[in-house]
Amino acid sequence: MKGWPIAFAGIARREFLRFTRQRERFLAALVRPLVWLFIFAAGFRSVLGLSITPPYRTYVLYEVYVTPGLCGMILLFAGMQSSLSMVYDRETGAMRSLLVSPYPRWFLLGSKLLASVLVAVLQVYAFLLIAWFWGIRPPWLGYVTVLPALVLAGMMLGSLGLLISSAIRQLENFAGVMNFVIFPMFFASSALYPLWRMRESSPLLHDICALNPFTHAVELIRFALYGRVEPLSLAVTLGCLVLFFGGTVFMYDPAKGLWRGRKGGTR
Amino acid sequence: MILDTGAGGDAPALDIQGVSHRFGAIQALRDVSFRVGSGSFCALLGVNGAGKTTLFSLITRLYDSTSGRISVAGFDARRQPGRALARLGVVFQSRALDGDLTLRQNLAYHAALHGIGGRAAKARIAEVLALVDLSDKAAARASTLSGGQQRRAEIARALLHRPRLLLLDEATAGLDLRARAEVLALTRRLIAEEGVSTLWATHIFDEIAPSDHVVLLHKGQVLADARAADLARDAPLADVFLRLTGVTEVTAGEVA
Repeated sequence: MKGWPIAFAGIARREFLRFTRQRERFLAALVRPLVWLFIFAAGFRSVLGLSITPPYRTYVLYEVYVTPGLCGMILLFAGMQSSLSMVYDRETGAMRSLLVSPYPRWFLLGSKLLASVLVAVLQVYAFLLIAWFWGIRPPWLGYVTVLPALVLAGMMLGSLGLLISSAIRQLENFAGVMNFVIFPMFFASSALYPLWRMRESSPLLHDICALNPFTHAVELIRFALYGRVEPLSLAVTLGCLVLFFGGTVFMYDPAKGLWRGRKGGTR
Repeated sequence: MILDTGAGGDAPALDIQGVSHRFGAIQALRDVSFRVGSGSFCALLGVNGAGKTTLFSLITRLYDSTSGRISVAGFDARRQPGRALARLGVVFQSRALDGDLTLRQNLAYHAALHGIGGRAAKARIAEVLALVDLSDKAAARASTLSGGQQRRAEIARALLHRPRLLLLDEATAGLDLRARAEVLALTRRLIAEEGVSTLWATHIFDEIAPSDHVVLLHKGQVLADARAADLARDAPLADVFLRLTGVTEVTAGEVA
């Protein structure tokens, strides 16, 4: 089948156009982690002590520690935003236009996922640029080596968003996603505090954090920002991506997924 | 653009054979069979809830039917979904233009979804906009278009990839009388100019011409499949509809 690159470019172009038309979305995506960096991290700097743990070779300020977690936060929110837009598209009927394209559904969903991740990665780089002026300066090469980690982590979190979107019937239910997915994933992870700190307060909480895919997405980004690969995080992130995206393709399959038994499912 | 190989041009634009579909305990369609010939206007007539939208969802493969076979221009929708969908142009009941984008951007997006890009897309977009008389609105945001203009724009979008069959699900819903007439006249003109077959789902009798092929769908079953003039030989179409379906009320050319 010809025209696959054209179809992907069309889907990606729409994502970028929608993003540029919604400037408040860009600002919100940027302000959120910056508030954490400027206020939360500054406040906690004196409270939280950090030992030297890889990939860091010296003691680091709390702001430095929390930056990869905030990159992950941008990707997590972008993934859920993508989920929200899928539910919205379904409610407005725009989803049907995408799904009646002659290209296979896995390709259409994958293209939409990759396009929205690329938009989110731009937001991460804008955040890292501002963070640089705030004194958070990883090695220059880190800005290059972090790119594949950001894309991979974004794809994993975005595919989780897509999977959730397939299970949400109405836009109103999306608030539940915020409460039951985003916040637990973010707080029960290594984004804000190292796991060894977590173990000191609760071994059970430590285990939960260690099992959280978001922890591994953050660690993948943290190591990549310093030019290193964390094999366990890479394996878990890749595995979760395959699992979540496979689940999404199943759920959107006309013969197998939930749509089959739902009247007006894709509207 | 996705090009075909295989099925011949002689195949009917749409061939539905023994299609049934259930939503859990609800039998939405029961053994539905009919054909839409090349270059014809077929009205799928039925009250709200008759199963028209479900049938459209099966043809467009939003989900698969429980049983039966659907072919578009000779291509099996289940076994060759890409080829079948490449021959379909669809206007859904709910409006599906992206209000944040301009009309041209909307059309470019849909051209890309059919593998049409670059200069070919530009030329075809200009062509279909002229067809639906919206050339002057190309740079307008979709959200600023009137209801009738949005419908015409959606028809333009459905024609971008030169489909064999155009599906329109209650395309005049929510439009005033003038816009309704415009959309209907446009669709009939396209059959002549673009050679495209049309399946027009409606619950409005006034939209059906004597020469049209009518498929009467009620409670998921086909009750009649004939030319409108033949159905209405002895009595007005509305009366025939009432007799066949047992529906008690028809108001102002519409099935209540």
